[in-house]
Amino acid sequence: MNIALTHLQRLEAESIHIFREVAAAFAKPVMLYSVGKDSSVLMHLAMKAFYPAKPPFPFLHVDTTWKFREMIAFRDQMAQKLGFDLLVHVNEDGVRDKINPFDHGSNTHTHVMKTVALRQALDKYGFDAAFGGARRDEEKSRAKERIFSFRNAQHVWDPKNQRPEMWKIFNTRIATGESIRVFPLSNWTELDIWQYILQEDIPIVPLYFAKERPVVERDGMLILRDDDRMVLRPGETVDNRLVRFRTLGCYPLTGAIESDADTLEAIVGEMLTARTSERQGRLIDRDEAGSMEKKKREGYF
Amino acid sequence: MRHIMAKSLASTDGIRDYLAVQERKSLLRFLTCGSVDDGKSTLIGRLLSDTKQIFEDQLAALERDSRKHGTTGDDVDFALLVDGLEAEREQGITIDVAYRFFATPKRKFIVADTPGHEQYTRNMATGASTADLAIVLIDARQGVLRQTRRHSIIASLLGIRHIVLAVNKIDLVGFDKAVFERIIEDFRQFSHKLGFQTIVPIPMSARYGDNVTSRSDKTKWYSGPTLIEHLETVSVDEAVVELPFRFPVQYVNRPNLDFRGFAGTIASGSVSTGDEVVVAKSGKSAHVRRIVSHGGDLSQAVAGQAITLVLDDEVEVSRGNMLVSPAARPQVADQFAANIVWFDEHALLPGRSYILRTETDQTSATVTDLKYRVNVNDFAHEAAKSLEMNEVGICNISTRAPIAFDTFAENRTTGAFILIDRITNATVGAGMILHSLRRAENIHWQSLDVGKHGRADLKNQRPAVFWFTGLSGSGKSTIANLFEKKLFATGRHTYILDGDNVRHGLNRDLGFTDADRVENIRRVAEVARLMADAGLIVIVSFISPFSAERRMAREMMANGEFVEVFVDTPFEECARRDPKGLYARALNGEIKNFTGVDSPYEAPENPEIHLKTLGKSAEEMVEALELWLNERDIAENQYDSGGGI
Repeated sequence: MNIALTHLQRLEAESIHIFREVAAAFAKPVMLYSVGKDSSVLMHLAMKAFYPAKPPFPFLHVDTTWKFREMIAFRDQMAQKLGFDLLVHVNEDGVRDKINPFDHGSNTHTHVMKTVALRQALDKYGFDAAFGGARRDEEKSRAKERIFSFRNAQHVWDPKNQRPEMWKIFNTRIATGESIRVFPLSNWTELDIWQYILQEDIPIVPLYFAKERPVVERDGMLILRDDDRMVLRPGETVDNRLVRFRTLGCYPLTGAIESDADTLEAIVGEMLTARTSERQGRLIDRDEAGSMEKKKREGYF
Repeated sequence: MRHIMAKSLASTDGIRDYLAVQERKSLLRFLTCGSVDDGKSTLIGRLLSDTKQIFEDQLAALERDSRKHGTTGDDVDFALLVDGLEAEREQGITIDVAYRFFATPKRKFIVADTPGHEQYTRNMATGASTADLAIVLIDARQGVLRQTRRHSIIASLLGIRHIVLAVNKIDLVGFDKAVFERIIEDFRQFSHKLGFQTIVPIPMSARYGDNVTSRSDKTKWYSGPTLIEHLETVSVDEAVVELPFRFPVQYVNRPNLDFRGFAGTIASGSVSTGDEVVVAKSGKSAHVRRIVSHGGDLSQAVAGQAITLVLDDEVEVSRGNMLVSPAARPQVADQFAANIVWFDEHALLPGRSYILRTETDQTSATVTDLKYRVNVNDFAHEAAKSLEMNEVGICNISTRAPIAFDTFAENRTTGAFILIDRITNATVGAGMILHSLRRAENIHWQSLDVGKHGRADLKNQRPAVFWFTGLSGSGKSTIANLFEKKLFATGRHTYILDGDNVRHGLNRDLGFTDADRVENIRRVAEVARLMADAGLIVIVSFISPFSAERRMAREMMANGEFVEVFVDTPFEECARRDPKGLYARALNGEIKNFTGVDSPYEAPENPEIHLKTLGKSAEEMVEALELWLNERDIAENQYDSGGGI
C-alpha cells in the first residue's frame, strides 16, 4: 500500500480542510475571486472540497474597471462553465470621481477601487468570512499572517495582536460585524501553484502564456496597452513584443516580462531560473517600504 | 537551487521529470526558538540566502533596509528578511511567527521563525504546534537562559521530539570547544526529563555561515553534521498511518436527499471501502460504502487525506463526532486532565467557563482543579490558584458535554484542544490531554419520577432565579429582602441566597482572590439551579463582579429562568453610604481585592432588569421587579396555556 502522500496531496488536503471548516463554522462566507492563477487554484480546490455538492458560498470579484479585458472574459466564461454564483462589485463612488491609476497614482487608485470597494462589498452582503488566495511566500508581511486572520468591524488587521493559531484547531468565533479572512493557500509556494495547475490541468487566463502583444515601455516596466484609456506620453511608442505576465492585476500597474514561454512546462522552466520575485512586476508593492502591510491593515487582501 | 536546475530544464520532458522528483521529496517543518537576540531570524536569513531562495529584487530591498534599520554595520542584516512587520523592523525584534519556505535537492522545508520575547510566547507556541523539529538557539556568550528553558518545555509539551541545539555566535567566544561542551552539558542536564528523542548540538555562526550550510574550518574539533546536512537527513516520521483509524467529522455534505457524506481529514490510520466504523459518541456502527473524492471514488484513504465518507447505514453523525476503528476506540468523557499553556493577559481561573474547541468539536468547559504550575527553571511543581500569561500547568477539566479524544501522547490531532474566552473570543490557552478522569458512560443522570414541572405546579408558580448584582452597599440585600417579603405575602415559595451568609457556611473556605470569587459564584449558581429545580423562586444577592461568571450562571439555568437584576448605584454613593464601614477600610488599604476599589466590577450590558437606585426608595425598586414578574407570567400563560415550564 502506497501510503506516503506527495507534497501536492498534502497541500491539497490542508486547503480542503480549511474550506470545509469555514463552511461548517460561518454563517455567510464568500470567496474573493481575482481571476489570477492563485484564484484559479483556489476555485479548483473549492470545487473539490464540497464535491459532489457545489461550494456553499458565492464568489466575489472586486472589479476596479482597469482589469485586463481577457481577465473579465475568462471570469465570465468560468462562472458559466462551473455554474458558481458570481457577484461583481464596483466602487461606484470611485467611478463617479473618475479615479484611475494614471491621474491619481497607483496608491490612491488601489485604495479606492480595491480596498474600499472590497470593504463596501463585504458590508453590503454582510459576509462573515472571506477566502483569499494570498500565499506566505509572496511577501514578508504575508509570511506573518495567520490562516484564519481576524478583522475587527472596521476590517482592520492588527498584525501585532494576532490570535494564536494552534495545530489545525481554528478559532472561528467572532462578534457581530467582525470577520475572518481565510487563506487556504498560505503554505503553497509559487512553484507549487504552477505544478498543481500542470498536474490538474486547471484553466488559467491566456495572459500568462507568451504571445505578441502591444506594449509600451514606461517607468522601466512593459505595460500592455489594453485599451485607449492609456494615453501615450511624448516619445512613447506601442511595440508588438513577445511577452507574458507572471501575475495579473490592473493592466496599467502590471508589468509584462519578455518571454517565449507558451506552455505550462515552459512557464515552470522559466520560473525555476527566474532571478526576480513575482511581485517585482507589481507597481503597488514599491510605493513605499512596508506598503503591503499598510494596505493589508486597511483591509486589502 | 534555482541556478543549478537551469541547465537540465531545456525540454518539456526535463521539466516533467524535475517536477516528479520534487513531488517525491519529503517535507520537514521546523521552528527556530530560543531567547531574544540569540540570532533566530539571522539564521533563517542565512539558510534562505545560502540555499539561493532570495531573488535579486528581494536582495536589493534587503540591502536598502539594512542601511535603514540594520544592526550589522555595513553587512546585510538577514534578520530583516523575516522580520516582515514595520514594528519589528523599527524595534529590531521579532513579534510574530514568520513562515518561510525553501528546498534543497533532498528535501522541502517550512520554517517558522518564532519570537524570543517572553510576552510573545503564544506566537512561539503557534509556530511549534505544526513543527516536527525545533532549532533551539543559544548565544554562546550567554549559555542556557530562562527563555531557552521555557521554549524547550513548550516544544516538548507540544509533542516535538527532535531538537537541534544551535550554539550560535561561536565566533564571539573564539570558536572555543570548552564553551560549546559546557552549554551542551547544561542543556542536557535540564532537558533529560523532556522526552526528546534526538538532541543534536552544532556550533555555528549564523552571521558568517559557519557550520550552517558549509563546514567551518575554524571548528576543526567538531566532527558532526552541518545544520543543513542534519535537517536534510533527520527522520521525524511518526507513522500516524499505523495508529487506529480516527476521522473527526468536520462537515456533513448533503446536496440532495440521495447523498449524505461525512467530510473531514483522517487524523490517523487508514480506511477502506467495506470497513466497519463506529460513531465514537454513540457506539453505533456502520460500514463504509464509498470514499468519495472529486477525481472518482477511492478504495482506500490514509492519514492526512481530506475525504468524504458515505456509510451504508443511516446512523446519526454530526460535526464534532468521530468515526473510528471498532477495535481501538477513543475515550469519550466529560472530565480529563491536561497540560495547559496559557496565552492571555487575563489569568486562567479555576471555575470560570471557557469555550473548549477540538479540531471539529466545541463545548463549554471549566477548569475544576488547577493541580500545579510548572516552574520553567527547575520543573518544580508549584501550588497555584491561577495560571498567568505564558505559564504552564496541569489541570482537571470538566466539559458540559462529553467529547471524544485520545491522549496527546497517543495522537497529536485528537488529543489537543484550545480554550477561547467567552466574551472576547480570544484564544486564551492550548491544551494537551493527559488522561480521562472517569468515563462519561458510567455517570448516567438519575432519572427521577417527580420532575421540576410537577414540583413547581404544586406550588402554583414558575421557578426563577433573580440574580442581583452590584457593588457592595448598592442596596442589593435591602431590595432583595423586601422583594422576598412581597412574594411571600402573595403565596410564592422563595429563598434568598445572600453573599455574606453563604460565605459563613458553604463558601467559608474561599477568600477574595479572582480565582476564589469565581469559585464562590460557581457554587452559588449550582445551589440556585438545584433550588429552581425544586420549583422555588430564588433570589441571589451577590456582588458577582465578573460578567463571565454571571454568564456561566445564566447558562446553567433553563431558558428564560435566569433574571439578571443590575442594582445600579454609583461607586461614590456606595462609598458614602458604607453601611458596614468596608469602603473606609478598603480605601485605607486595610482590605485587599475590594470590588470597585482595587478589584474591577464589570457592569452588566443587557440585564433583564436595570434598577437605578439614586433618589429612589427600595419600595419603588421592588414594584419594578413585581411588574416584571407578572408580565412574564402573563406572557408565558398566553403562549403556553398547558402550564409547561
